[in-house]
Amino acid sequence: MKATTWEGPKHVEVTHVPEPEILNSHDAILKVSSTAICGSDLHLFNGFMPTMEHGDILGHEFMGEVVETGREVKKIKVGDRVVVPFPIACGQCWSCRQDMWSLCENSNPNAWMQEKMLGHHGSGVFGYSHLLGGFAGGQAEYVRVPFADVGPLKVPEGLSDEQVLFLSDILPTGYMGAEMCDIAPGDTIAVWGCGPVGQFAIASAKMLGAERVIAIDRFPYRLRIARERAGADVTINYEETSVMEALNELTGGVGPDGCIDAVGMESHAPGIEGLYDKAKQSMRWENDRAAALRHAIMSCRNGRTVSVIGVYSGFIDKFPMGSLMNRSLTIKSGQCHVHRYMKPLLERILNGDIDPSFVITHRMKLDDAPVGYDIFNHKGDDCLKVVLKA
Amino acid sequence: METQQAHHNRQVLDNPRTQHRNGRNESRPGLAARRAGTQRAVKGAPWHSSETKNGDKDRVTNFLGWFSIGLGLAEVLAPEAVARLIGVDEERNRRLLRAYGMRELAAGVGILARPKPTYWMWNRVIGDTVDIASMGKAMQAYDTDPAKLRMAMLAVAGITVLDIASSVRLTSEKSPAAGHDPGSFQLEDPEHGMSVLKATVTVNRPVEHVYAFWKDPRNYAEFMDQLESVHPTTGGRSRWKIKSPPGMTVEWDAEVVADTPHEMIRWRSTEESSIENTGTVRFRRAPGDRGTIVTFEAEYKPRAGALGAAIGKILAAIPKTQLQNDLRRFKQLIEVGEVLKSDATAVPALMHPAQPSAPRDMEATR
Repeated sequence: MKATTWEGPKHVEVTHVPEPEILNSHDAILKVSSTAICGSDLHLFNGFMPTMEHGDILGHEFMGEVVETGREVKKIKVGDRVVVPFPIACGQCWSCRQDMWSLCENSNPNAWMQEKMLGHHGSGVFGYSHLLGGFAGGQAEYVRVPFADVGPLKVPEGLSDEQVLFLSDILPTGYMGAEMCDIAPGDTIAVWGCGPVGQFAIASAKMLGAERVIAIDRFPYRLRIARERAGADVTINYEETSVMEALNELTGGVGPDGCIDAVGMESHAPGIEGLYDKAKQSMRWENDRAAALRHAIMSCRNGRTVSVIGVYSGFIDKFPMGSLMNRSLTIKSGQCHVHRYMKPLLERILNGDIDPSFVITHRMKLDDAPVGYDIFNHKGDDCLKVVLKA
Repeated sequence: METQQAHHNRQVLDNPRTQHRNGRNESRPGLAARRAGTQRAVKGAPWHSSETKNGDKDRVTNFLGWFSIGLGLAEVLAPEAVARLIGVDEERNRRLLRAYGMRELAAGVGILARPKPTYWMWNRVIGDTVDIASMGKAMQAYDTDPAKLRMAMLAVAGITVLDIASSVRLTSEKSPAAGHDPGSFQLEDPEHGMSVLKATVTVNRPVEHVYAFWKDPRNYAEFMDQLESVHPTTGGRSRWKIKSPPGMTVEWDAEVVADTPHEMIRWRSTEESSIENTGTVRFRRAPGDRGTIVTFEAEYKPRAGALGAAIGKILAAIPKTQLQNDLRRFKQLIEVGEVLKSDATAVPALMHPAQPSAPRDMEATR
């Protein structure tokens, strides 16, 4: 079958690989109908995520039709159309039972690697390095899905792929980012990063009752989509204006009630800070560039929450702990517990509260994945989200 | 004025745990506490006692401290006399000797004042090196008395030996405060001659369920990577076979030597086995109804002889990570019913990318 494989930094290819088989009795095999390139795939693409191997199949946002099931699979059947959450979760361990699916204790066969790097380990993830389990991803014709009765959600009749595909990751991730801010009436929420996850964080903050949402990015087309489609009230281009000063002016000097980092480890910053981080990251003196996170912390209103949904891999530098501590801030974070949000968000899609397909700017064939990666990475052609079709 | 030491001594005496340990009071700590008039500050809190030992410095280190002060004073107050003594020019070396004297004084005070002056002792070693280098340089000066300077260098060399010995000893010593708090948790040191591996995992199942699983030794090979098979034989015995290089079969008999339902099982290799091996698995309820904490401990010691040594090598290669991975697989068996494979880990012997394996590779694993 054809699959998108990682062949080194800035180098992906569509190659021919063996078709997946059932390896565990709870597995299902899917014929992929739609799959997307995630902003977090760009961290892999750019070579910032450790433990990638040549030939790793990428992709953790996908949906398709069930074509084979293992003998223990009871709930889904061959022929079902399903969308699959990106964290792999067993549904049996304490973390899964606590509704913390991305912390599944049984789904990462390489948990020991993560323990060495992070202290403890989280769940396995499709197509996201060996550190996260070494699972083949879904940017392929077929994909094997472990724990098929736990994760995959059956798609109701009448909904298109584009309407539900993002239930696999970015819609729940953006939603969780907003939810972690504990939004109360009258709150102002600031969102760093107007990529697809940032757009959904903006839309979710509005859905959860934020009075005002401020979106921050440097690409005018993304800021425009944030205003026109996601519902941001105000946008700030950080290359034109001092974010901190703008936020203070917009909030009467107190700062936003919730600050969402939807950027992660490849943050850009104007001036000396950006250069400093780029230099340190390229020397491997820090894993992650964290400018957006620093700004989110410094800007946040006293006593409120910084919500981190951008992906970080390891260590960052110049973390403003003093600001966090002295101003009673709370940091909430996590890989999204997608399973928790799929059904409620499907309801919202059915209700017409949100149509997630607004983020799609590029539709391509699977064969064109390398082009998709390149355009998305360079933000060329006003690219916001690439969907690959079978 | 009460000195800190006196205060400390009284605390030690007041401490019921210390009395208990000293054998002066064999009664329960609670009674002793009441008698001593002390009470736990928090209801339900466990007893803690802490004592810090004021490190008794050995005589050599103390001597070196005083030596530093003596030499430092001489160099600072009478650099000319020192210069004459070691045979170098008085005028040109006055300031240098004063500076070295300040360094000696600092080191001396540090060594005498600190309970564990590791830093200051190494400081002396560096100082010695600088001194010898300086004297070596001075040897080339036209107005140096080579005989005197040679004597001085010899003396410094002698002192350097003492400095290094003392520094190395201090560095290898644990800090005086470490290991003296009987209330704090510490990882065990392995007993002499036995290698001990320990790992622990929490499984989301009741202890009865978990105990029943461990009761059947046939289950072990399903999650212990190094085991080929375990078969029950007769009389509570079982035959253990480990994965070993081709052409070599390593197996031994083990018997259950302790079995407390829902608490622990221990087995040991029999007398005639080529390896001395003990395995202990303990179970306890996780706090807050969060399942069962399973702790697994393996100890082994090769018996004499070539075979014993070879087995020892195989077993010694099992790192703690591997034992922890064994327990992780056990957890999966209990919670999910099977061990999860990923595309990269499905073919264990190969470095495999995260993509499906070719059918022939998969055949090889079946």
